[in-house]
Order: sequence, then C-alpha cells, then structure tokens
Amino acid sequence: MTPALRPHRLTFAFQLFVTLLACAFLMVPAGASILAGFTVNYFRGVSSGLTLDWVAQVLALYADTILLSIAIALGTLCATLVIGVPAAWALARRPSRLSRLLEEVVTLPVAIPGLALALALILAYGAVREFRMSPLFILTGHVLYTLPFMLRSVMAVLAAVDVRTLEEGAASLGASPLQRFFHVVVPNARGGILAGALMVVTLSIGEFNLTWMLHTPLTKTLPVGLADSYASMRLEIASAYTLVFFVMIVPLLVALQLFGRPATGAR
Amino acid sequence: MTSADRLARLFLLPLLVFVAAFFALPMVRLVGVAGSGPNGMAEYLAILTNPRHLATLLATLGLSAAVTAATLAIGTVVALFLARNRFPGRALLVSLLTLPLAFPGVVVGFMIILLAGRQGLIASLSMGLGMGRWVFAYSMAGLFAGYVYFSLPRVLVTLMAAVEKLDPALEEAARSLGAGRIAVLRDVTLPGIGPALMASGAIAFATAMGAFGTAFTLATRIDVLAMTIYTEFTLAANFPTAAALSLALGLITWAVLALARNLAGSGVAAAG
Repeated sequence: MTPALRPHRLTFAFQLFVTLLACAFLMVPAGASILAGFTVNYFRGVSSGLTLDWVAQVLALYADTILLSIAIALGTLCATLVIGVPAAWALARRPSRLSRLLEEVVTLPVAIPGLALALALILAYGAVREFRMSPLFILTGHVLYTLPFMLRSVMAVLAAVDVRTLEEGAASLGASPLQRFFHVVVPNARGGILAGALMVVTLSIGEFNLTWMLHTPLTKTLPVGLADSYASMRLEIASAYTLVFFVMIVPLLVALQLFGRPATGAR
Repeated sequence: MTSADRLARLFLLPLLVFVAAFFALPMVRLVGVAGSGPNGMAEYLAILTNPRHLATLLATLGLSAAVTAATLAIGTVVALFLARNRFPGRALLVSLLTLPLAFPGVVVGFMIILLAGRQGLIASLSMGLGMGRWVFAYSMAGLFAGYVYFSLPRVLVTLMAAVEKLDPALEEAARSLGAGRIAVLRDVTLPGIGPALMASGAIAFATAMGAFGTAFTLATRIDVLAMTIYTEFTLAANFPTAAALSLALGLITWAVLALARNLAGSGVAAAG
C-alpha cells in the first residue's frame, strides 16, 4: 500500500530543490535589505562596520510619513468597522439574489486596479480643494479598497456559525434587533472581525497603487516615502526605511497567519 | 421580523452611500472623461486602435501570462512538497514562504533591485565568477521577477490548502490500478487542485496586469499598461486617454477574476 504513496527519490530531490530556491528568492533580498540598513557602506560590505545611523536618519527624515500611515490605517479600520460589520450582517442575514448582487457591487473595487480607482476619485473630487489636499482623500481611497475584505471576512464567519438560529433564540427571549446585533451577532463574529481588521490595517499600511496618485506633498504615507527614497536616496537609507516598514508590517503578518484563517478561507 | 428588516436596511445605508459616492459616481465620471477627448467615443477603443497602446497591451498580457505560468508551476511543486512531507523546520519554511504576503509592490521592486540591480547580489556574484556584471532589474525581466515575487506567497497559501484537502486515497487507487507517476499527477492530482489553480492563477494574472508599484520602482521606461496610464495622466495630462486605458484595464482584470471564479466555482460544484 504505502510504497505507492512514497515519493520517488528524484521527485523528492527536485521538489526540495525548487522549494529551497523559492525560499531563497523570497528571503535573500529581504535579508540583504535588513543588513544594508545597518551597514556603514553596503558597497564595501559588512566589513565597513555596523551602524544605527541610517535608521536614525530615516526617523528624522520620514517620521511624519510613518505617523500619517499609522493614523490613516487606524482611521480606515474605524471606518470599515462602522460601515462594514453592520452591513455584513445585513447582507448575510437573508441570502437572496438582491443581496448577492449588492455584495458583488460593493466588492467590485477589489477587482479593479488601484490606479484606475484613484484616477476615478481624482476626476470626480479633485476639484474640491479642501478634500483633495487633506489626508481624508487618501483615507477614502483606503476604505474603498479595504472594505470588501472586512465584509467578506465577517460574512464568511456569519455563514459558518449559523447566527440566524442563535438570533431566533435571542428573539424568542425578547431581545430587540439592536440588542441581538450587539450581544449575539458581534460576539459570534469576533473571529471574522479580528481577521478582517488585521487584513485592513495590513493593506492600508502597505497601500501604494492608490496612494501614490492621491497623495500631495503634504500628505505622504510610508509607502509613498519609500518610493521617494528608492528613487533619490542612497541604498543604505532606502534599506533602513524598508527596515522600519518591516518592523511595522511583520508583526501584523504573523498575527494574520495566526488569526487570519477566516479571511483566507473566504476566498 | 419586520423590525429586524428595518434595522438591516438601516445598517446597509452607510455602505450604499459610501459606495455610491466614492465608487459608482467616480466610475461614471471616468467613463464620461474617457469619451470627452478630441477623439470622442473612439477613445474607448484607443487601446485597440492606437498601435502604441495595442503594443503595450499585448506586452502586458504576455508578461502577465508568463508570470502566471511561472508562479503556478513553482507554486504547485512547492505546495505538493510542503503538503506531502513532514520534517523538522517545515513550519518555519512555510512561514518564510508566506511572509512576503503583504509586501507592497514598491517594496517588492526594491527587493528586485537588491537582487538584480547595479549593486545587486546577482551582479556581485557574476562579477566574482568573472562573468561580467549581470543587471536585469530595470527591464521586463526584472518586472517578471518582481511579479513572481509578489504573487508566489499568495498562490502558495491557496494551493497548499487545496493539496491538503485532496484525498490521498485517490492517488493510491490510481497507482494500484497501474497508472504511472506522471499519469497520476496529470489525471488525478492536478485536476483535483484545478479550482485552486484557476482561482490563484486568475489573481496572479490580474495583479500582474494592474500592479503599478513594482514597475514604478524599477523603471518608468518599461512599457506596461499601468505605466502608460500613469505617464498619460501625470506627465502628458491626457485625461481622456488615461481614463479610457484605465477602463480597459479594469474591465480586463475584473473579467479574468469573474471568469475564474465562475469556472472554479462550477468545477467545485461538479466534483461535489
């Protein structure tokens, strides 16, 4: 029985080789970037010495982009929670052709490149100067792009735990719809809300395609600053800046791997 | 349940208002601007009728197809390996392979510069071996590497889940009935993960079509659709063309994703 399943030795070697090569392809540049951020002179190599100067320079030069990115990510999170969680319940409550269609339309922004979305936003609202110049313009783009992820994540959980039966139980005990939402639906959708929230924050902090078009010289986010530094700064500064980004994003990614199952399962 | 219905309608309202104001309306505006240029309605077809744009479209389609094929090929081998073997360090390997999941396109572009740029690892390696300085980051090849880097973690997550759901008894049965290893792979394993291949392939293709950050970091001279839209809009201030090309691009990515979802969905239904 079992010999049929055991992989051929050559197959095994080939698969191992490809796997290690893929891992090297993904990880070696990331490692080089981290190293370069701490190296006095990357061109001469690590022998030129290690330093924290580059990181300090990045924090001095780009602190405002880091803070703006965090603020926009949190703002995006709040907006997607307030708009997305109640709407997810409303859409998942009674699956019908209409709710399916609605879901299709509101998740459409994910299927359209950020560049096109940004262009459409600029053409529609670019003339409203106060809006165009404020970070709210970027925030709007981020909410547009991340909202579908929150919706899907929460809807997937609501479909899986059969909230309707629980709700009916609560209703028979006299709970009002609003009470049922806050005391039955939200607690049962916790996993999906958490996964959606992590996804939203991760996507917002790293968002570039939309943001590059929507930003102004006074509203630069971290990825916009990164693109600037890649184009105009020396490699060590660009690397140190990337390092700062990694420090912000990697904990989110690890959390996403631990708690993010509902979001990936929903696809 | 009428009061619950009323609450549901109330809860949907903010979503509908937001989507109408910041998605539907801007999209209508995009369509309007695209048709308002000197060429009028003909601008909608500029992507097909203008030879320069058509060449860019074909180059972008070719690049995206190549990225999809390469990512799926690597992803399938790695997913089969990781799902079928248990060894110490496997969990770490899975984490490392999926860690770049949320690196944005700009950062991926920088990774490719560090790998294959002027001061890159491949350049110093090839110099050390006396084969001259190998630099391919700032070209179509660099963009290809960048998009594979971007999509590989995503594809892997989907494919690993699909392989783990596959019943090993099917392959065992095929083997015991005398099928060779290649035949089992072709007739049992690959069709079994077909829907996952279709879905993740579509995402890889659509991402490569529309991604902007990586191309922006590597070089503004690479002729791909996203770069053309960007230069038409910001440098040439040619809004109608930029809008028309964006619409075409959005239509292509949406259609690919919708098609794959339908095909993969019906495939799942047929199997179940």
